[in-house]
This record gives sequence, structure tokens and C-alpha cells, in this order.
Amino acid sequence: MMRDQKLWTWHLAAGVVILFLLGLHMTVMHLNVTVPLKGLNPAGGHPIDWQNVIARGKIGAFALTYVVLLGAALFHGLYGLRNILFELNPASWLKRTVSIVLLLCGLALFSFGTWAAIAGFSLAKAM
Amino acid sequence: MIESKGHPNRLGIWGWLGGGRWGVERYLYTLHRLTGLGLLTYFLLHILVTSSRALGKAPWEQAMNAVTGPLFKLGEYLVFVAFAFHAVNGIRLGIIELGFGVGPPIEPVYPYRTSLDVQRPLAVGVLLLAAIIVVMGTLNFWVLE
Repeated sequence: MMRDQKLWTWHLAAGVVILFLLGLHMTVMHLNVTVPLKGLNPAGGHPIDWQNVIARGKIGAFALTYVVLLGAALFHGLYGLRNILFELNPASWLKRTVSIVLLLCGLALFSFGTWAAIAGFSLAKAM
Repeated sequence: MIESKGHPNRLGIWGWLGGGRWGVERYLYTLHRLTGLGLLTYFLLHILVTSSRALGKAPWEQAMNAVTGPLFKLGEYLVFVAFAFHAVNGIRLGIIELGFGVGPPIEPVYPYRTSLDVQRPLAVGVLLLAAIIVVMGTLNFWVLE
């Protein structure tokens, strides 16, 4: 399998992961009244209220879904952006530069987001 | 193979605007890209804003207070709508990518028939499903919450 075929397959696979995890995230955050998941908003009120944030943060599996969703969404989004930019037929040196910049941005954001998820989990556990 | 005459993809992003003979699926393609770019932009900012959770209650509430108000609520609603469309249209694209829902191969006999006619029910179904999710979100955002 060629490199671009592999990346495209990963792009689709990441889409499936996002479909489930972002679907769950959107249900918890934005369908909290029409599709209430009481276990993930135990304090009632708004899902972004600190008590709810801490309650969700204590669940290790939920923290893990954040990291998996972060990685899948960053790859899916940045690879999609790369495809759109490449369709505009930039010069080959520009293609290389775009790939490197997007890769570095993705890795930096993934590292930062993973740190935030782990630190948030530790903070919630300590409370 | 179509000859590009030295101008591959010569329409560039302007080509996104015209559906031409491809019909509604071409506009779904454009909408999929626009919603994808919008979601990506929001997502990158979302990582930075929500990371304040790791610093404690006060930084979290400060960050959340910075992104409240009717304009942010409208923006968040549009992100939800974009998510609903992008997700279900992505399911359609995945189904077609795997070769389902496009009909069996047929002889190219005049008058030629396009597989888009076979795919159309899938596109309509996707739009209906997206509409149902959007209605649920609209009720949650603007009526019940």
C-alpha cells in the first residue's frame, strides 16, 4: 500500500473514532436536556459547571476518550486541510513545508492537550 | 483520461461553488469541506480554552466567562450544526467509498445513466438525519436549556 493510501485509510478510521467520541461529547455538552446522560452531568445545571467538569474528570475512561478524540480529530482535521491545500497544486517545496508545519502543529497540540487531560484527571481525583 | 492542458485543477477553490452537472452531491462536497474547515478552526481554539481545566476552578471559570454571551452561543450553535452535517455526510462518504449504495456496474450504453441517481436516496437520507439532529440541538440550545 502506498503512503498516501495508508494516510487516507487512517483518515477514514479516525473519522469513525470521531463519529463515536465526538458524538458522545456533543450529546453530553449540547444535548444535555433532549438526551440527558445523568451520570456524566451528575450535579445538574449546565455541563460546563465546575462540579460537572470535576465529576466527569474523575472518570479515568472519560479522560482516556479525551486523549483518543484529541489525537483522532487532530489527525483527521489536519490531514483534511493538507489535502485541500495540496489540491491547489502548490510547488513541491511548498507541499513539503505545509506537511512539516502541519505535523509539528499537530504534535504540539496533541502534547499540550494530553498534558491538560492528564493534569485535569489528577486534579479531579485529588478533590 | 481527461486532458488537463497544463492547468490541473484550474478552477481551484472557485470550482467548489459550481455544482454543474454533478447536482446536489457537489454542493454536499463543498459544504463538507466548509464545515470541516470551520470545525477544525473551532477545535484548535477549543483545545486552548478548555485546557484551563487543568489549572483549577478559578482559571476554568475565567476562561468560560470569556466565551459567554449571545455571539458565542450563536457560534457554538453553528459548530453544532456543522458537526451534525459533517458527521452524517461523512457516514455517506464512507458508505460510498466502500462501494455500497452506488448500484452495480452497468454497460455504458447511450443514453448514459449516472450512478448519482442511485446514490440520491442516500444523500436525502443523510440530510434528513442531519435535520433531526439539528432540531434536537436547536431545542436544547434555544428552547429547553
